[in-house]
Amino acid sequence: MNFDFSDDLKQLRDQARRFLTERCGPAVPRRVLDGEATWDEGLWRAIVEMGWTGTAIPETYGGVGLGHEGLCVLAEEMGRAVAPVPFASSVYMATEAILVGGSESQKSAWLPKLAAGEAIGCFALAEGPGNPSPKRIKASVARGKLTGVKAPVADGSVATFAIVAANDESGRPGLYIVGLTGAGVTRTAVTTVDPTRDHATLTFDGAAAEKLAGSADGWAVVERVLNRAAVLFAFEQVGGAQACLDMAKNYAMERYAFGRPIASFQAIKHKLADVYVATELARSNAFYGAWALATDAADLPLAAATARVSATDAFHLASKENIQTHGGMGFTWQFDCHLYYRRARTLASVLGSQPFWRDRLVEGLEARNAA
Amino acid sequence: MDFNDTPQEASFRAEVRAFLDKNATRKAGANAAVRARFVDDDVIRRAKDWQAKKAAAGFAGMTWPKKWGGREATPIQQVIYNQEEQGYVVPRGVFEIGLGMCIPTMMAYAKPEQLERYVAPALRGEEVWCQLFSEPAGGSDLAALRTRAEPDGEDWVINGQKIWTSGAHFADYGIVVVRTDPNAKKHEGLSFFFLDMKSPGVEVRRIKQISGSSNFNEVFFTNVRVPDAQRLGKVGDGWKVSITTLMNERLAVGDAPGPDVDDIFQLARTVELDGEPAIRNAAVREKIATWYCQAQGLKYAKFRTITALSRGQTPGPESSITKVVSASKLQDIASFGMDLLGMSGGVMDPDLTPMNGWFQDAMLYSPGMRIAGGTDEVLRNIIAERVLGMPGDVRVDKDVPFNKIPGGKR
Repeated sequence: MNFDFSDDLKQLRDQARRFLTERCGPAVPRRVLDGEATWDEGLWRAIVEMGWTGTAIPETYGGVGLGHEGLCVLAEEMGRAVAPVPFASSVYMATEAILVGGSESQKSAWLPKLAAGEAIGCFALAEGPGNPSPKRIKASVARGKLTGVKAPVADGSVATFAIVAANDESGRPGLYIVGLTGAGVTRTAVTTVDPTRDHATLTFDGAAAEKLAGSADGWAVVERVLNRAAVLFAFEQVGGAQACLDMAKNYAMERYAFGRPIASFQAIKHKLADVYVATELARSNAFYGAWALATDAADLPLAAATARVSATDAFHLASKENIQTHGGMGFTWQFDCHLYYRRARTLASVLGSQPFWRDRLVEGLEARNAA
Repeated sequence: MDFNDTPQEASFRAEVRAFLDKNATRKAGANAAVRARFVDDDVIRRAKDWQAKKAAAGFAGMTWPKKWGGREATPIQQVIYNQEEQGYVVPRGVFEIGLGMCIPTMMAYAKPEQLERYVAPALRGEEVWCQLFSEPAGGSDLAALRTRAEPDGEDWVINGQKIWTSGAHFADYGIVVVRTDPNAKKHEGLSFFFLDMKSPGVEVRRIKQISGSSNFNEVFFTNVRVPDAQRLGKVGDGWKVSITTLMNERLAVGDAPGPDVDDIFQLARTVELDGEPAIRNAAVREKIATWYCQAQGLKYAKFRTITALSRGQTPGPESSITKVVSASKLQDIASFGMDLLGMSGGVMDPDLTPMNGWFQDAMLYSPGMRIAGGTDEVLRNIIAERVLGMPGDVRVDKDVPFNKIPGGKR
């Protein structure tokens, strides 16, 4: 049994944690929260220089070739730091879409640019309220031109290109590579509960769109991307949950009420024990997701849904109970609790919400049962 | 990451499988053995036979020193044996406490000649041991116990009552913690002994549980004489000795039994709700997804623990999450399984209800799982204090002579 990350990857994690502690303390997401910019471009450049954007990209395409386990390790640290950068959109989603759905020439064209940070990708799936479904796709491509409205799109104002879900002339859904800096694209900022992450409405009116080769499989290519991203997001969520647990515990140890640290009250101890349990269950499920992702196991859809549902629940619980443990101060703008509370909610929505993923999980059980 | 054994682990696993294949029957169905949870004379006889076979083959007391019949196995080897044994129909519920808690405590404190006398018969399953700790006045607060022992010549004379003693009705020997100095502080006035359960003045009464089973007992002590030579640890050190026993309990306490998420998934596929299979119902799917996440989370948390063991590291008290999650999950699954049966949810007759009334049975035995071996509340304290490093509770009774501490409902 070897169900843990290798020593090399643990070193990578420690290095990432040191780097992010230094470069992405709470002041960094807070500056984005309070300011005009919707991301921290300096931090992004530093992350690109560290090579993190190329973690799972093979060396032949200009990446680092550390594989997806390496990316999982980094994702956890990004979550812990609530980093205000388009890492998830560009790396977990756009890069994954090209890795699993790109033709050889598409990979050669895009992966080196993504690794080098010359291109920043985003994933344009949603068209208003609703969970991922081929039935909800109205955007369409005819003769290489895309028309439609995508909202919300995480990092839509920051990205240089988008992977867009749209129907072809025959109404069959697929994924398209669409540049966002050329003609036929309008970007409008969207306000969300988490201003530390960029969101936009992308309006396409005849924008040039290149079909991703994997679109031959129709909607299945979208599902493949969602499953892979779900595992990576799960690590980000686990990192966020752990950060909340650490914050809540540290505060409870220092805060006195009724003549003793509030950490000595069972009401607080049991609450944080429950957060610990949820976080460890989520971490364990994320580990299995990492294995399924790294080995491209047949079990990946079920493993991804399990990791996602577990991690979303854990981050939700941890972020709200962190505020609760801090009492009134936890509800102030001044304390950092809300950074995580906001991020937990954005991450819970980005790939589709809990009812959607719980249903997919049971679909996975049904598929396994039928096999 | 992988889930493979090391070559040494693989060869040990093959050895275990060969032993089990030769001496036991593979489990056929998932819930075949449910109804046989009651330990009766027949189960005890079969358990003793099985224990003798295990001991002869070197699979009993595996982690013990070789001179006591063990094989000085690594913890990972014990895990491998347990994993494999789960796939076979073998009698359980007779020797776990004796071999898991009592004899290890004896090994830490008893005299060599006593170990010569008691260890081997226990290992071979010839003698059964029980653990006499909890009392009406001391459950989670074990050190509140009131059973008295007073010195009389070479003996101690014990009077009082123990409760929740698993297997006392078929045990030959027991370990017992008693109060020898009521004027001392709560944790300082205790001493620890082992005794013959056939001693005059020991009376065992079965306790009938809400499930109808009787797995544990009340044990009454009326002027029971125990030689001072059977004291384990110094007079007044009973708490320290008890901790040795309880540390072993923490290692022994594992998963709650089924039905688990796979079972309720199967039930939901076979019964109808509103004219279609229950599994089509969104509320049913949501529940099943949540339990699946818990069950898988526990499974893979265990894999992480096994990985640590396999690498020669010591897993921490993180393993306390298993019972706190699985016991509540069991209780909720049992109840929801009954919901899936609509108006006949309460029916227990095996002919009239799916899966031989497993869910109904579980509804009645699951409350005990949240209490035995550390209540949900105690386990949360353990997680908060030992894993997260939060402070212990304020103890109003800590520095007070025991006989000055107020108490109620005893």
